Amino acid sequence: MQDLDFIVRAAKAAFAAIADPDALEQVKARYLGKNGQITALLKDMGTLAAEEKRKAGAAINQAKAAVEAALIERREAIRQAALSARLAEEALDVTLPGRSEAQGGLHPVTRTLERIERLFASIGFAVVDGPEIETDFYNFTALNTPEDHPARSMHDTFYLLEEDGSLAEKVLLRTHTSPIQARYMQAHAAKHAGQETMPEIRIIAPGRVYRVDSDATHSPMFHQVEGLWVGENVSFADLKGVIADFLRRFFETDDLKVRFRPSFFPFTEPSAEIDVAFLRGTRKEGWLEIAGCGMVHPNVLAHAGIDPERYTGFAFGCGPDRLAMLRYGVNDLRLFFESDLRFLRQFV
Amino acid sequence: MQFSESWLRTFVNPDCSSDALAHLLTMAGLEVEAMEAAAPAFSGVLTAEILSVAKHSDADRLNVCQVDAGDGFPRQIVCGAPNAAVGLKVPCALPDAVLPGGFRIKVAKVRGVQSCGMLCSARELGISEDAAGLLELPADAPPGQSIRDFLDLDDRIHTLKLTPNRADCLSLVGIAREVAALTGAPLLLPQISEVAVTASPLQPRAVHLQAPAACPRYCGRIIRGANAKAPTPEWMRRRLSRGGLRSISALVDITNYVMLTLGQPLHAFDDARLSGDIQARMATPGEKLLLLNGQEVTLTDDVLVIADAAGAKAMAGVMGGAESAVSLETKDIFLESAFFAPAAIAGRARRYNFSSDAAHRYERGVDWENCRNALEYASALILDICGGAADAITHVAAEAHLPRRAVVRLRPPRLAKVLGMPFRAAEITEYLTRLALPFTRESTDFLVTPPSYRFDIKIEEDLIEEIARVHGYENLPAPEPKGELVMLPQPENRRTLAKLRQQIADRGYQEVINYAFVPEEQERDFAANAAPVRLANPIASQFAVLRSSLLGSLVDNLVANLKRKQSRVRLFELGRCFAYAGEDYRQPWRMAMLAYGAVLPEGWGRETRQVDFFDLKGDVESLFAPAELSFVRAAHCALHPGRAADIQLAGQTIGHIGELHPQWAQKYELPAAPVLCELELEPMTRAALPVHAEVSRFQPAIRDLAVLVDQSLPAHDILHGMRQQAPKQVCDIQLFDLYQGKGVPAGRKSLAFRIVIQDTQRTLSDADIDLAVSEITAYLEQHFQAQLRT
Repeated sequence: MQDLDFIVRAAKAAFAAIADPDALEQVKARYLGKNGQITALLKDMGTLAAEEKRKAGAAINQAKAAVEAALIERREAIRQAALSARLAEEALDVTLPGRSEAQGGLHPVTRTLERIERLFASIGFAVVDGPEIETDFYNFTALNTPEDHPARSMHDTFYLLEEDGSLAEKVLLRTHTSPIQARYMQAHAAKHAGQETMPEIRIIAPGRVYRVDSDATHSPMFHQVEGLWVGENVSFADLKGVIADFLRRFFETDDLKVRFRPSFFPFTEPSAEIDVAFLRGTRKEGWLEIAGCGMVHPNVLAHAGIDPERYTGFAFGCGPDRLAMLRYGVNDLRLFFESDLRFLRQFV
Repeated sequence: MQFSESWLRTFVNPDCSSDALAHLLTMAGLEVEAMEAAAPAFSGVLTAEILSVAKHSDADRLNVCQVDAGDGFPRQIVCGAPNAAVGLKVPCALPDAVLPGGFRIKVAKVRGVQSCGMLCSARELGISEDAAGLLELPADAPPGQSIRDFLDLDDRIHTLKLTPNRADCLSLVGIAREVAALTGAPLLLPQISEVAVTASPLQPRAVHLQAPAACPRYCGRIIRGANAKAPTPEWMRRRLSRGGLRSISALVDITNYVMLTLGQPLHAFDDARLSGDIQARMATPGEKLLLLNGQEVTLTDDVLVIADAAGAKAMAGVMGGAESAVSLETKDIFLESAFFAPAAIAGRARRYNFSSDAAHRYERGVDWENCRNALEYASALILDICGGAADAITHVAAEAHLPRRAVVRLRPPRLAKVLGMPFRAAEITEYLTRLALPFTRESTDFLVTPPSYRFDIKIEEDLIEEIARVHGYENLPAPEPKGELVMLPQPENRRTLAKLRQQIADRGYQEVINYAFVPEEQERDFAANAAPVRLANPIASQFAVLRSSLLGSLVDNLVANLKRKQSRVRLFELGRCFAYAGEDYRQPWRMAMLAYGAVLPEGWGRETRQVDFFDLKGDVESLFAPAELSFVRAAHCALHPGRAADIQLAGQTIGHIGELHPQWAQKYELPAAPVLCELELEPMTRAALPVHAEVSRFQPAIRDLAVLVDQSLPAHDILHGMRQQAPKQVCDIQLFDLYQGKGVPAGRKSLAFRIVIQDTQRTLSDADIDLAVSEITAYLEQHFQAQLRT
């Protein structure tokens, strides 16, 4: 049966030489096909004696099985090779940039305001809004600043003209967010009039304010956040505590000194100016004024219909533009209002 | 308020450094805004006398001087100053002296002549810009004294940023009083005594208080025969200059000096220019007065004037008149020291667009008990410096109109409630005493009568602030906040602005914040607004009106960013807009967006195109999802007439959208037109509470339907109608194709819809599905003359 061994070896060699699946099937036919060598041997067996036939049959079938196994193995090898080739061909340069949509972003002052709102919301301060064209009454009078009060000259006020060109009496662009205090307290007191106890007021009022002032550190339009907490037991110490806590949370550092120094606002008494100083880092440059504050003046409470003997409260007005500058290292206030995309995109 | 520290220290001299003094004042509410040295650092400069001056043999412009610098032998110094003269006292820098800027003086030969030092100008010492010649010292300057000591150049100049309530600190004595209260150092007030009165044969001028509420006290005196040309002494000049006041003439300087010292503004009239009695009266309407600053004002009847028989001579407490002002020729002076009520002065100077030191003090409050004292002090200085003889003082007062200090009650429990910490009675007593606030006790309360110089203590809280100030704000506690625990409402049918902004940003838009004031032209172009809300006092003409639309600002931002080579721009802004509304103003919040440039950022391997109407429309729709908007063709002055629409929500127009009108693209030099929209903000914050509807478990059937309709038919009408009319099993209809061209007749367009049909109860049969589709087809044929494409 040397023939058989030879055929098996020859078949294996022939299979191994082929890389193309169709060619492999043609070579297969040479051995296992209708006219294949192994098929021919099986056909020839008819001439053999029974004993011989049995022996030869076993040997041929063994050889056939070996050829078939070799064929399957080769088929699989070719398939694997083809798959590998395809995968290699399909490989990507994964370092090419991804196809993103462009991401927009919030203005740095908005970002700061939202941060302030969230911090104060976490201790129960609700956000309220108020008009920017404000009456002289709410901007000044209701805040204990009657006409000709010298404090009015601290605010360089934008006044409006009437439609007919005459000066609008008693209307202006608000110079601070404090009128929202007056408006809110009045509404709150009216809503709870007649109740035994007025619920506490805890609000924060962010917004744009306007002053006739324009240079490197002043913009004619800028932002303020007004805060107000009125209740039966709200003291100056609470004001100090809330502000100190807020500034540490806002700047996320304890390396911060906060000082309160006496000041004057017609609508608070006692009044204070709040300065911060950073103990280290690039912002370490001495005391920086960031807010005015104080205990709500009894006249302001009374004006709003709140009993100043029973209720006390504090108010503060801070400059988020200044806070944003400190937080993000911006050195020129005017950048905030120039809408330069190269600047704004840094805050995405 | 600016002052010399060494002058202050003549009144109160606490044992602390200049820095510590500045800190102390700042922390007591008298903010020291600036502190600077009176002169820059230098050393080795002495007072000296020029003994002789001889021409330098080799240089025309140089002199060889022999100088006595106090060390016993004359030294030779070469000097080029034109005013070098024998007997002149000048500053002399000795060898090894270091002048400002580190310039070291050495013995040197100047054109062959030895020079052992340098005679200095004021500029060389950094004292002033005067470089015309040597700094001339007073004739009595003793040679050999350090010039720093002689001219008090180690002095510090403090600038206070005073709050309007602290008028009492607008003087050296006032600041000294405060420092004494804060430190406990003794207060040494200036010794003022009555000057000798020379009996005059002439009548003193009578004074009539015709407006006693506005002027309840007036002291006047004539000083006769003074020499107005007398020089102002060096020490006074120096204190004035360090107090920020220029030396003008002895008489004016003296009145200013007394004002700086005591806080009492004075006015000196040339008596020869006055006739008859003095009246303090309200101006007659239309009365004119030429002021010292050269400005002619037309007065109204709420302006107080000092007048004589001929008419108004001064705006009382604000500024004197030019005609009656003292001059170098003045012989007889009528000197005024009065109390004018703050309300009568407040705002008057501002009304005429100027300010004055007197008005600044009077409108904040001047000590009415100090008028006579100040007049005596000024008289003494005039007699001393200018000579002359003083008449008796004419002092008139309307006692009933003088301010009265009401007693203010301070209750320790209230103090504790407001400040959040208790104070012992002994502490309160100590603080009130240090502040020189007189009080009596009633039970545990303190009854305080504020002194006449304090105009800021009217209510209990004012006293509480005083206690807190002296105790030190930094020494008050700062506990962690404690309050009622109340949850804030979280309305689910409202979207927060924070969320809305983030959604817009997530669609690629960058937020901007623009001024509310814009050029008038912008309002005309982008809002067709001929009557925008106008500012009375804009900072510049391009900021004269308030915007009624945010669109113009965004276009302006686009122009600016294109100049900065940004090619793809997406902007949005939230802001109020302003308009007249009869008696009132409308100021609604709006949101506007602008898109310009490629639809996608530049990148490899993808097609891009310019952003268009439908990109922005898609962005807007997504911001309102799941609510559905309608877009109705409508003209808008800023927008392309064929590419603009009103945006409607629930039948209400809430904004507009479109491509910028080509005329504005051209005018503002834009290479292509951006697409813009502007919406009312309020509807954008509405959010419906989700309501669950059953999800079908049965297979959906999908059918496509293509129809030909008239080209002008709005797609929305068809789609909306189909959705309204379709049988209830039709759960979705989308427009997925629009085609015009080959195979579609002219004037028609082909619209293809994908229809999803599904029932929640059962699987639909083919017959059910066909029925539903045919109902839709019939609707389209009937209402839109649609023709089914096959």
